[in-house]
Amino acid sequence: MSRNDVLVTVDWVQEHLGDPGIVLVEVDEDASAYDGGHLEGAVKVDWKQDLQDPLRRDYIDKAGFEALLSARGIGNDDTVVLYGGNNNWFAAYAYWYFKIYGHRDVKLMDGGRKKWELDGRPLSKDTVERPATQYKAGEPDFSIRAFRDEVVSSIGKANLVDVRSPDEFSGKILAPAHLPQEQSQRPGHVPSAINIPWSKAANEDGTFKSDEQLAALYAEQGFDDSLPTIAYCRIGERSSHTWFVLQELLGKSNVKNYDGSWVEYGSLVGVPIEK
Amino acid sequence: MCAAPKQGNTLIEVGNQTVIQGQVWHDGAPVAGAYVRLLDSTDEFTAEVVTSPEGEFRFFAAPGEWKLRSLAQVGKGERVLAAEVGLNETTLVIE
Repeated sequence: MSRNDVLVTVDWVQEHLGDPGIVLVEVDEDASAYDGGHLEGAVKVDWKQDLQDPLRRDYIDKAGFEALLSARGIGNDDTVVLYGGNNNWFAAYAYWYFKIYGHRDVKLMDGGRKKWELDGRPLSKDTVERPATQYKAGEPDFSIRAFRDEVVSSIGKANLVDVRSPDEFSGKILAPAHLPQEQSQRPGHVPSAINIPWSKAANEDGTFKSDEQLAALYAEQGFDDSLPTIAYCRIGERSSHTWFVLQELLGKSNVKNYDGSWVEYGSLVGVPIEK
Repeated sequence: MCAAPKQGNTLIEVGNQTVIQGQVWHDGAPVAGAYVRLLDSTDEFTAEVVTSPEGEFRFFAAPGEWKLRSLAQVGKGERVLAAEVGLNETTLVIE
């Protein structure tokens, strides 16, 4: 796996708009972004309504993923190109899902919506309809997903990478600052975690930094290549961005995303916390 | 949710929150669809929103020094401000 297998540029996407066998998927937290204009031919996935279990706190199960992709007209053999707002946080989260359920060929558009918009590239308000498919998902791949017990048992034994901002890591604020700070769980971080904010892996236009810059970033922060790695943030989407960097761009092995993240960990009774 | 809530100066309950809000302006008019990021005192990214059709943005921060930086097709703007508990209003101008 290397950068060219998992990442495409906005130029590449613009040249391949409408190509058969390539499905563009916009993944947003704010569904109105898509409705206000999307890449031509792109289908919409709402990270919450479409990707979360409506009842339990969990992602959608295999049947749910199959139903979603079938309804969006995505086939098992299609090349899926994901992009979205928030510097591709939610697109990276969806990418991790596609890997969980074993999709063969999935890529991120480097820079996401932001890069596309800042370049002044064309957006469409046309309704996109694709014929339904019979998508078959694989069994979930838990080798890239961490659960809370594993996080606790990994304290001091793995690279625990907290990708939130320094102020969230230190417990000064509880959520990214575009959100109300009303959560009731305890602030802080998992003991022994290193704070490497997701934003250090990205340029201001939302594109990823070069492989050389990324490799240097993690090495400088004390990342130990001989250890397994768990990335976490608040709800698991920013850490998907870092999971993508570590496993897909840098090719590090044994990297998991802890999607329970601080919202779960900071609410657990009896677990150690540092501030 | 790390979702970006709708931007706009609708009435909100400020309470004991530290709210930083305002508008992005360029050439005498508000800039819609500008990316505004909030950086902490070490210049590290804290959050980013896209301005509303009226050019508005809003952050929920903490008391202290912050930097606002906007990125739009028309250019970049930057401003530093000291926020206190309550509503902190500012304007970000792209020259």
